[in-house]
Amino acid sequence: MAQALQARIDAAFVEPACGVNRSKSDTQRRKGCAKALTPGAAAGGCAFDGAKIALQPIVDAAHLIHGALACEGNSWDNRSSASSGPTLYRTSFTTDLSELDIVMGHGEKKLFRAIREVIDRYSPPAVFVYSTCVPALVGDDIEAVCKAAAEKFGTPVIPVNAPGFVGSKNLGNKLAGQALLDHVIGTIEPERTTTTDINIVGDYNLSGELWQVKPLFDRLGIRILGSITGDARYRQVAMAHRARVTMLVCSKALVSLARQLEERYDIPWFEGSFYGISDTSQALRTLCRMLVERGASADLLPRCEALIAAEEARVRAALEPLRPRVAGRRVLLYTGGHKSWSVVSALQELGMEVVGTSMRKSTESDKDRVKTIMGDDSHMFENMAPKEMYQVLKSAGADVLMSGGRSQFVALKAKTPWVDVNQEKHKPYAGYAGMVKLVSAIDRAINNPMWAEIRDPAPWESRAAPGQVPSGRAASGDATDFEDC
Amino acid sequence: MARIFHPRSALSTNPLKQSAPLGAALAYLGIEGSIPLFHGSQGCTAFALVSLVRHFKEAIPLQTTAMNEVSTILGGAEQIEEAIENLRKKSAPKFIGIASTALTETRGEDVAGELRAMRARRRDFDDTAIVYAATPDFSGGLEEGWARAVAAIIDALVPDRGMEHVGSRSHQVTLLAGSHLTPADVEEIVSLIRAFGLEPVVLPDISTSLDGHLGDTWSGTSLGGTRLADISRLGRSRHTLVIGESLRPAAEMLERRTAVPSSVFPSLTGLKCTDAFIETLMAIAAVRDVPERVKRDRSRLVDASLDAHFSIGGLRVAIGADPDLLFSLSGALTSLGADIVAAVATAATNPVLDRVPAEEVAVADLGELEARAAAAEAEILITHSHGRQAAARLGLPLVRAGFPIFDRLGTQDVCRVGYRGTRAFFTEIANAVLARDHRPHPSDFGAAPIEQEFEHARSQTASH
Repeated sequence: MAQALQARIDAAFVEPACGVNRSKSDTQRRKGCAKALTPGAAAGGCAFDGAKIALQPIVDAAHLIHGALACEGNSWDNRSSASSGPTLYRTSFTTDLSELDIVMGHGEKKLFRAIREVIDRYSPPAVFVYSTCVPALVGDDIEAVCKAAAEKFGTPVIPVNAPGFVGSKNLGNKLAGQALLDHVIGTIEPERTTTTDINIVGDYNLSGELWQVKPLFDRLGIRILGSITGDARYRQVAMAHRARVTMLVCSKALVSLARQLEERYDIPWFEGSFYGISDTSQALRTLCRMLVERGASADLLPRCEALIAAEEARVRAALEPLRPRVAGRRVLLYTGGHKSWSVVSALQELGMEVVGTSMRKSTESDKDRVKTIMGDDSHMFENMAPKEMYQVLKSAGADVLMSGGRSQFVALKAKTPWVDVNQEKHKPYAGYAGMVKLVSAIDRAINNPMWAEIRDPAPWESRAAPGQVPSGRAASGDATDFEDC
Repeated sequence: MARIFHPRSALSTNPLKQSAPLGAALAYLGIEGSIPLFHGSQGCTAFALVSLVRHFKEAIPLQTTAMNEVSTILGGAEQIEEAIENLRKKSAPKFIGIASTALTETRGEDVAGELRAMRARRRDFDDTAIVYAATPDFSGGLEEGWARAVAAIIDALVPDRGMEHVGSRSHQVTLLAGSHLTPADVEEIVSLIRAFGLEPVVLPDISTSLDGHLGDTWSGTSLGGTRLADISRLGRSRHTLVIGESLRPAAEMLERRTAVPSSVFPSLTGLKCTDAFIETLMAIAAVRDVPERVKRDRSRLVDASLDAHFSIGGLRVAIGADPDLLFSLSGALTSLGADIVAAVATAATNPVLDRVPAEEVAVADLGELEARAAAAEAEILITHSHGRQAAARLGLPLVRAGFPIFDRLGTQDVCRVGYRGTRAFFTEIANAVLARDHRPHPSDFGAAPIEQEFEHARSQTASH
């Protein structure tokens, strides 16, 4: 592993702003958070995956994956990050290294040629070049190639050095953030700035979630200057150093980026969430307060409060008709991070019972929040094996599972309703409007008449005596006997 | 319980309904060695013929009594006789099914009486079974015409027998197939019945005549269908299975005549509906268990339902069809959580309409369906090919079902009944939903567009 890369990984692991890190003892901290993966029991994505997830939402850039086919060929076009304009980010570019390329050491040359072709054909504002395991192993120096290509072609070419084997998806997120800090942020000056320019960090505009919240900003006159990286243009990322405040949406992945934006450019940051009603209001409040502290007009605060009051009233009214349809239903929440608590309070408010929430990827403060909201920690659990989850659901321990795609089929095979709340989902659930969508989705899932039908026994599983044609089916019989058939 | 609504409009815009004689012709085509004969002017036949040919992509032996002005006024008995004589000479059909039309019914011909007189006189016609159904174009649609033809066939060809014959062919069951079933549907039902060691006689059986197969020789009659000998032996079945509420009157006639007990299944699309059918088959066959294949297909349907319910749950459906098809398809879709927000039927004679899972069923046309689909913000349209204009105007996917389907191939192969057919239907609907481009846009959420300053100056050309 290149020494520079090792240094960056080490740096990522001693992140002072990281809640998990802060709560550790000195000895623990020195060990870093490189949790060794267990062979035969690992299922998550790799560092490359994480890096691509974090950067690919930059919609006008070309994203070129340097490696053998699997890294890109098996993973492209599988995320629902939405763009309001350019679509180049959805076009897949890879060097598709061959055996000969690897044996003969042609990787760097091929990469250079690939960069030239992509710039010739698409004129992107920038090319992101992602390393993968094989080029990292054989020692391709992608940083040198990117530097040479950028100079030669006059287009920024950004090396993203996060080969899969260095660690988890989360580490890949961090390395991607570091690449932005090292190569992109601060390279372009905006034509104008306002006192209400902000950065949104860690939101990827999945299914358009950023746009569920953006109208709120629009009405408050808040401008998203730097978007990292939902619906982002390359220029926006490059101008992020001129924002007044950074809102960090997904705390664990890009916390270093937010901290370094503060260190390098004096941009204060806070952590917030747009999942759930009170969280959305809280995020807006904090954002406005910090903007005013940094020189925005003081009337932003009362305007923000008025907006919150109006929006909360509106969303509560919209949720009211749904209440009787979901009240009393028991939810098993299997997600992690801030979602382990941010959705809980909203569901409780609707009379739903959260029977359990997983604390994967959650910080100590996430755990504290759960304890506060749910009274104690008896509903918290870490990971749950699919078999165990199947048993819980099969024995009707919950009416609905809310989770990511991986446990979807655990729920379905247990004939239990399932609502997708993870990043691969195709429905946006952010902000006030998103909450109504989420509860509608829960309603649609749990109240689907299908469940009763498929849980009923098959005809051969019931104990009717053979040889008797079921009564009431004669042609001359009562027509209503077949009410549903 | 759906409310039945009859719009008070004098104008029918883009008809949904096909005529009753066409339905009768279709039923007659399910009889072996048959030629349907329209008693009317030649145009009635030509239009129906073109419709049938376009739907099945087959040569259809449909003939006409070619009524002219004079015969219309003086009476068409001679035209019928001449037509039968000519058809016998040309094609030697075993069966001629006559369907009257608006023209002859308006005149008020007593075709049944004329036929009796003719048959007494023309003993040379004895080796051709001749069936007549009154199917004026102004009463009902394709479904009614089909049902009346089936009743007419039973009336003419099933002998009155005593109880003692019931079940004398111990494995035989009768399957009365409704007009909403495709050849592939019938085939699937037949294979389900056979899986229980029973042997069905299907009436009418378009699965052997209109399934789209290549015969060894040119024939001027139908290329398969129910054998006449089998029809005469329907009284010896153990049970009569009736698919489609529209056939209840025909089934009642058959039951009165033969004393063979019958069960009506208004729909075979959906898990529960198929369960009920299987339960009946188990009872008839006197078995406690079912073949492995059936079990497997049921569990595959349940799995497919789980996958499809994400797309079908909450789906706003607009559907226009004959009552039996309307009931079958909407019932299956609502069982997966769909909302039938617009339902239009062709005619109100079928009592199954009351049970369509929609607030209201309009007995109307495609114009009404289009208006209702737009008003109710439907997300998918299900009807026959004539719905394509409405679908295009509304920007909705169109799933073709019913008759006619002239702009797609393989309509005879579409199976939507039983565990397997239901699975295919759910997949078909879910795929139609998934095929729509759901890429979100800021304006969907009322968000302002991004500032021009952020955009990359050089134009990008993307290859997709």
